[in-house]
Amino acid sequence: VLLIPCPHCGPRAEIEFHWGGEAHVVRPGPHDAVSAREWADYLFGRNNPKGVSAERWRHTHGCRQWFHLLRSTESHEILASCPIGESARLAGAAE
Amino acid sequence: MSGQSHRLPSGGRIDRGRPLRFTFDGRAYTGFDGDTLASALLANGVRVVGRSFRLHRARGVMSAGLEEPNAIVQVGRGALTEPNLKATEVLLYDGLEARAVNAWPNAAFDLAAVTGLFAPLLSPGFYYKTFLWPRWGFYSGLIRRMGGLGLAPREPDPSRYEKAFETCDVLVIGGGAAGLAAAVEAGADGARVILVDDKPELGGAAIGETDFAEVEQVLGARPETRVLKRAVALGWYDHNLITVVEDLTGNPGPRQRFWKIRAGRVVLATGAYERPLVFPGNDRPGVMLAGAARAYALRFGVAAGRRAVVVTNNDQSYQTALDLLDAGVGVVALADLRPEAGPLAEALRARGVQVLAGHGAVATHGGRGVKAIDLAPLDGAGQRVRIACDLVCMSGGWNPVVHLFSQSGGSVTWDPASRAFVPLTWRQAGEATGDAAAAKVPVGGPWSMAGDGPAFVDFQNDVTAGDIRSAAQEHYVSVEHLKRYTTLGMALDQGKTSNVNAIGVLSQILQKPEPRIGTTRFRPPFSPVTVGALAGRRLGDLFHGLRRLPAEAEHRTGGARLEDYGGWLRPAGYPLAGEAEETMIRREVSAVRKGVGLYDASPLGKLVVAGPDAAEFLQRIYANNLKTLAVGRCRYGLMLDEHGAVLDDGVVMRLAANRFLVGTTSGGAGRIGLWLEEWLQCEWPDLDVVVENVTSQWATVNLAGPQAGTILRALGLDAVINDQALSHMAFSDGLIDGAPCHIARVSFTGERSYEISVPADRGAALWRACLEAGAASGIVPFGVEALMRLRLEKGFLHVGVDTDPTTYPEDIGYGRVGRAKVEDFIGRRSTLRENAADRRRRLVGVQSDRAIGVGAHVLGADGMSQGWITSAGFSPTLGRYVALALVEEGASRHGETVTLFDRGARSEARLGPLCAYDPEGARLNA
Repeated sequence: VLLIPCPHCGPRAEIEFHWGGEAHVVRPGPHDAVSAREWADYLFGRNNPKGVSAERWRHTHGCRQWFHLLRSTESHEILASCPIGESARLAGAAE
Repeated sequence: MSGQSHRLPSGGRIDRGRPLRFTFDGRAYTGFDGDTLASALLANGVRVVGRSFRLHRARGVMSAGLEEPNAIVQVGRGALTEPNLKATEVLLYDGLEARAVNAWPNAAFDLAAVTGLFAPLLSPGFYYKTFLWPRWGFYSGLIRRMGGLGLAPREPDPSRYEKAFETCDVLVIGGGAAGLAAAVEAGADGARVILVDDKPELGGAAIGETDFAEVEQVLGARPETRVLKRAVALGWYDHNLITVVEDLTGNPGPRQRFWKIRAGRVVLATGAYERPLVFPGNDRPGVMLAGAARAYALRFGVAAGRRAVVVTNNDQSYQTALDLLDAGVGVVALADLRPEAGPLAEALRARGVQVLAGHGAVATHGGRGVKAIDLAPLDGAGQRVRIACDLVCMSGGWNPVVHLFSQSGGSVTWDPASRAFVPLTWRQAGEATGDAAAAKVPVGGPWSMAGDGPAFVDFQNDVTAGDIRSAAQEHYVSVEHLKRYTTLGMALDQGKTSNVNAIGVLSQILQKPEPRIGTTRFRPPFSPVTVGALAGRRLGDLFHGLRRLPAEAEHRTGGARLEDYGGWLRPAGYPLAGEAEETMIRREVSAVRKGVGLYDASPLGKLVVAGPDAAEFLQRIYANNLKTLAVGRCRYGLMLDEHGAVLDDGVVMRLAANRFLVGTTSGGAGRIGLWLEEWLQCEWPDLDVVVENVTSQWATVNLAGPQAGTILRALGLDAVINDQALSHMAFSDGLIDGAPCHIARVSFTGERSYEISVPADRGAALWRACLEAGAASGIVPFGVEALMRLRLEKGFLHVGVDTDPTTYPEDIGYGRVGRAKVEDFIGRRSTLRENAADRRRRLVGVQSDRAIGVGAHVLGADGMSQGWITSAGFSPTLGRYVALALVEEGASRHGETVTLFDRGARSEARLGPLCAYDPEGARLNA
């Protein structure tokens, strides 16, 4: 029931979206240059902040684009959203 | 015929010119248009309207609104019956039939009331102390019969329920004086305003006293203002989403409408609920909230009694007593719990009302309704006085209705003067106004009074002050524990009249200030809601819309039995007249093995992946090497997830250097399409590729069997179809009747097989053409069940059936997939991890002369499960039962005999290779 600001379509109800987990998780690679620990971190290590969380969402029943979102897990307030690749814009909002 | 013994000669917002007949517990009564069921029953002098949930005590109407705990009724009959309605909310209509719930044969004479005799045994927490394993089964039967409230209709509900979505600048919840003022103000500058109110008439607590017609006119004239009456706000969710259920019963069209309203700002004008007082015998019919007695007199012209005694802890009730007198309801006495009487005491005395300050109620008398009340000085110095009466009006102060506010994340604070929780901090954009915002009236005196008999706190669940004391003695001193232990506040009314009294009583017992006792959080829904309203139109065929095949009509003509397979309505098979399912499957399988069969493969997922980087992209997606796939060729491919587990499989075709057609599992195209999009958009946005799901743009048929080539040639395609060009795993483009078509030589049956795809609107024609071309060869249409049997004989796995999210490629015989690739691909790093220590479940073939059940366990020597059967069936080709199973190290146990365990039965079976039929693949070119 969040009201999510899709950077392409504007504010839309949460039922149109899918949550895609933590944003900015870097995929290590290539396969033969990744230690077991690095790979395990990538597969299983996630932040679980009480407070601002950077997340990836998809506007499934809309433009079908993935985008980044800053959301407070505490108040559910949404601080900012931006298209994938323009995440620098989120950095300022997080502060 | 009047019969309305308690109807006042005048007054009330009822139409005395329009009498309405109704029945309650089988007896006929008459009320007026504008009555609720509760006011009409009171007008007819009916006092017992229900039975309490646990003790089956006789109960009368206590309130005039949706906080009502006692008058719970079942309305209507048959498919339209509705259980657990509050009589105070049911609008009277001609012919209404209502029954008390939780009472048999009726509320006035309830056989189960004998449980009241055992009340001392039914102590708080008795559920936990009595209904213990292993005898729970015995008790649950009893409880279900005794404790149930109303009955759900057994027939399908013929009514229609709608949903509506709306946004507004300001949502005002509550149409009383404060809410109306807020709505008028909010909409003055053209803002979009929605006002919701639970009653059929605006005005809230002031209905019948103030005329709101003018205000309603102002609001009605505003194009951007919408007023919803008989609409209850149920939930206040994140980002100001409010759900509202609007009752439209009696109107043509839907019965109810469920609204989801996104509001910029919410004005909470929900008013306050009057609290009962906790004194012995306070549940006797005829004891009601003072404000309710006043509302029945002023709003409905009903005298809830002729001789009323008011028991109160606040000044407001003095005015209420005067209002009752003015309306023609006799008031004989007023007892004030506070040591000093209120300022209006003299005015009451002047009208013959005895005013007793510092007095409380210690007992009530009467069988099916109160006949007298005992009042006594609270300081113990003085005698008890018995006063004959037929109505007790109690008032323990007011609770602002903060349920929705609490749901929204707001926090409340304790107001010591009014002894109530009031809104403090807001988490969402909104404000409270009127009685919902602030303490209404200061109160005094004790929280509860002792005397003769139980003093009820929660009337619906029968929780008394004594029960709270017992719970406290057993150390259930947190309000959350108290609630769960005694079930206080857990009935239909969710503690609207009981929660604060419970906190007060507990604070009195524990000698602890009320705010330190705390309050429970409120959850949606604010008031019970029918499941029909939540479901809306998503029922029956609309619950889960099925995707349809372009050739569905042809399948029906051909006698297909259609079923839901992964969201598609597909032929399970084409049974002959009177043919059993298994016979049909074997006939269809044999036809494919010996002659030729025709199968509708349209749901097979088809994704076009195109662009300069398409090959590079798929090389990263698939475990297989796809860069080496030549244009015009097909390749079976496996997709893994990052954990290295099998995600999907299918055939990839290279249509052109930069254009691929990716085949997915039937029903998996949407999911896999999104999977590809996610990698493209989030991980590799630098790749120049587009992904398009074209599954439903094409209709696909499969010609399978040794004679498939003959039929293909007879179709008259304008395409190269000779075996040299169109060898196994090749495809060719062409034309059929001037329309484009693709022909792929791929096989999921093990036989020579052609997949022919045409634009979806040509699908039906193609199906007919194939049947016609194959008529001479005895072509047999076959369905999903036969296909599953054919692939089972071949040991072709079905991802999601023969695999689970822990299955690696090596577990299904693809241990070498991707090994020769240079590049990374999704899940590759996970395939490199050491699994030496695992005894992994690996897919293996199983054969037996006896039937094998899917889900049967494969037992080890120690009798423990080593895995299970994933697919199974009789092979008509081999004449025995074949299966696939995920079994610990199954792939290296070929030839071993194992025990299967299926729902208590054991049988023997032999492990073997996955492929039970034609392992060399000779049939592909037969």
